Amino acid sequence: MSSTAFVGQRVKRLEDPDLLTGKGRFLDDLKLPGLLEAAFVRSPFAHATFTRIDAEEARALPGVHAVLTAKDLPSEMQGRRILLQVPHPQITYAVTQEPLATSEVCFVGEAVAVVIADGRHIAEDAAERVVVDWEPLPAAAHCEAALKPGAPATHADRADNIAGRLALGFGDVDAVFRNAAHVVEERYEPHRGTGHPMECRGVVAVHDMAGDAFRIWTSTQTPHNTQRAVIDMFGLAEDRVRVITPDVGGGFGPKNQVYPEELVIPAAARLLGRPVKWAEDRREHFLTTTQERDQIWDVAAAIDADGRLLGVKGTLIHDAGAYLPWGIIMPYISATTLPGPYKLPAYRMAVTVAFTNLVPTTPLRGAGRPQAVFAMERLMDAIAKATGLDPAEVRRRNFIQASEMPYDMGLTYRDGAPVMYDTGDYPEAQAQALAKAGYDDFPARQKAALAEGRHIGIGIGNYVEGTGLGPFEGATVRILTNGRVAIYTGAAAAGQAHRTTLAQICADELKVDISDIDVVGGDTGLMPRGAGTYASRITVNAGSSVRTASAELRGKALALAAAKFDVKPEDLELSHRAVRIKGEQGDSITFAELARMTSGMPGYALPKGVKPDLEASGYFTPPQATYSNGSHVAEVEVDPETGRVTILKYTVVHDCGTVINPMLVDGQVQGGVAHGIGNALLERMVFDADANPLTTTFADYLMPTAEIVPACDIVHMESPTPLNPLGAKGAGEGGTIPAPAAIVAAVENALSPFGLRITDCPVTPQRIVELIRAAEEMSEEDTP
Amino acid sequence: MPDAPPKRKITLTVNGREYTAEAEDRYSLADFLRHALGLTGTHLGCEHGVCGACTVLVDGEAVRGCLMLAVQAEGCQVTTVEGLANADGSLSPLQQAFMDHHGLQCGFCTPGILTTLTAYLRDRPNADEAELREALSGNICRCTGYDTIVRAALAAAGAMREGGQP
Repeated sequence: MSSTAFVGQRVKRLEDPDLLTGKGRFLDDLKLPGLLEAAFVRSPFAHATFTRIDAEEARALPGVHAVLTAKDLPSEMQGRRILLQVPHPQITYAVTQEPLATSEVCFVGEAVAVVIADGRHIAEDAAERVVVDWEPLPAAAHCEAALKPGAPATHADRADNIAGRLALGFGDVDAVFRNAAHVVEERYEPHRGTGHPMECRGVVAVHDMAGDAFRIWTSTQTPHNTQRAVIDMFGLAEDRVRVITPDVGGGFGPKNQVYPEELVIPAAARLLGRPVKWAEDRREHFLTTTQERDQIWDVAAAIDADGRLLGVKGTLIHDAGAYLPWGIIMPYISATTLPGPYKLPAYRMAVTVAFTNLVPTTPLRGAGRPQAVFAMERLMDAIAKATGLDPAEVRRRNFIQASEMPYDMGLTYRDGAPVMYDTGDYPEAQAQALAKAGYDDFPARQKAALAEGRHIGIGIGNYVEGTGLGPFEGATVRILTNGRVAIYTGAAAAGQAHRTTLAQICADELKVDISDIDVVGGDTGLMPRGAGTYASRITVNAGSSVRTASAELRGKALALAAAKFDVKPEDLELSHRAVRIKGEQGDSITFAELARMTSGMPGYALPKGVKPDLEASGYFTPPQATYSNGSHVAEVEVDPETGRVTILKYTVVHDCGTVINPMLVDGQVQGGVAHGIGNALLERMVFDADANPLTTTFADYLMPTAEIVPACDIVHMESPTPLNPLGAKGAGEGGTIPAPAAIVAAVENALSPFGLRITDCPVTPQRIVELIRAAEEMSEEDTP
Repeated sequence: MPDAPPKRKITLTVNGREYTAEAEDRYSLADFLRHALGLTGTHLGCEHGVCGACTVLVDGEAVRGCLMLAVQAEGCQVTTVEGLANADGSLSPLQQAFMDHHGLQCGFCTPGILTTLTAYLRDRPNADEAELREALSGNICRCTGYDTIVRAALAAAGAMREGGQP
């Protein structure tokens, strides 16, 4: 067996057999004796106050056990809000949600009461009978309007809607703009959508009166943050709160914070002395699960006569929604992501984070990056127009070169470390993408298509993405007395195949088959510290921990066997769940026997050299982010009559350092691009002027389907990072990040006969027809 | 005080086994399978008939479990994801193709996609890629971007043509 029998191979997933046969165990599949079910009473207004909740009729319904309002919650919860995940000094008003609103609601769907009943149907019947004396207030429905003087305040006791301000930059921006050969200036408006994992959220809580202990199952990306929030709310010791993630049916970011339901359901379980479950439905998901991407960029680029960037300056308004569960991380990421793979001598970005009476925003696949890449790549296309250069050539002239790595961008990243690109070859990535996409032949293809009356276009999206963020993610690797290997990690999976990836890394160290390894993740009872599955960080963090812990465990197994056989560890090798003396007739001891040796016998001393642990733990703590990169090229056809866009070809060059399992990375990229196609063409969360959501079903909010998403042509470049023992970088978000930029550029290019410019997304069919009409009207006005 | 919601006993066959259980008239077939019969392999993704995660086969036809009432399934033959494997418990050619081609990530939409394709490939074993993509357009998958699902379906169709079952 070579040293990498598994790492780097297209290994099939350990997760699949259960999931393919209906044996998965998702949150709503959990059955506990005496289980009660919950339904929440939610605000029908985007902004309102209330003084009285009449639950008398609801409480009287047969099968209803309780209707709880804020004042009915335990004393520990009174006057408390959910723990803020990421405090930041530039936050003006660090407000998170109350478990249940006490007197004011700030978005449609905010919960004011919960019904606990024998079943969900009865709970919903009762929830409909709860009467609240709503007093509607004016609502802030859009982030730009919210910042105007006299705008309605999102929170009634605040004078304005400013949630925070940031100023970032470097270099002498004013000087470069004074001396520029060209200045291009535009406004970009990427819009709100959300993650929509196919499984909605949900919580089951059990309270054990003896010891005041909770067991909580929740469909989350971050069980340890839920544990922290429960501990914070109830003032309990860590060992009193165990949070377990069952199989999780997708996350994509919005399952990476703590929600009110994760505190209210445990409280209800304690009050009633019964297990309680709440399973979110899709309507609730549209109303209450966090969203992202409404931003307004007003940006200008200064360039020299050769199309080289001299500087970028501008302002960014970021829509926070009604609360700040994740602080102001996303606009911070946006502002530091904007420069991307390009050399930028001077940069100044002023960010204003605005509260609105909309669902709070938190990181969603890409986390502020798709918007920043949209802004920068659209600027590059604007520069191409201004200079008459080809869009690919403008980019080529501005790339940071591989020889310049590590490259200090001159900014501080959200992890507090400098934005220091570690490895990557950006010019090569674009060159490979263009070659694969047939970019050079495209003008001929476009001309031929136009001659047939078909509008085809091509667009480029390049990006650099900070991944693998700290603080850490741990792993314990243990050889069990049954001879199998167990890996425990804090990381919770939601489809990424952590079990397979982590088993691959361990299997190479211990020379076992991945089927000999059991991986258990996302259980605070088995791994006391954890951060969460976000920021494309699990392979880097948990994977590195598994690598170092497995290597240490290998050393322990060898030392133990060496003591047993009275040989040197170098004379031993691992093979087939055993340690054996090298050579033809070597003696051997199985993993099971080694594990039993370390267990000892009651009352007897352990043999010399034997310690009671055949396990090793590691907490890899990355020194800084490691930067993945890629180039996407989209080729599309647009029907100007209907606004329909067909993606003809989609090329991805993707560099996430050392690839552990190319099959899984391909899957992440292809799935990520699909999400990006939604952001580019389909998915828009629409609110009316009073901040009421208008898209609350999958019939109104369109998700990409099999007919829309093409097979991506994916090329892997591998620029290993020196920042972790695997050389790996994050791969979960790169598919999504540049896709809107590339696709919108391609749509615009296809419609170049109409002379229009696209600066927002998604570009739905309706929007495309609107833009064409506006362009035609403009040209009619211009005609004398 | 409103009357308690009406209930009745429902008898049907699921995956070859007869079940009788009581359910409120308003229960969807998916809720009935999951909560009354404990067959939790069928998942609910939207409960308004768009996402297709809850698709089951009723008398052989792919049906949205959230849009059909349990009482309408009285006397019917229902197949869920739990009933798709071979008799010996090994993966069916379609299930195996999903494993081989990485046709699933989180696995939540997968049961509905497997049931949809089981019926579709039974009726159209020679389906091409465009037809399969159309057949799949009523099932939303947020993880995979669909291509591996299409590859898996094409591979399963090939295996079926060589004599296997779906």
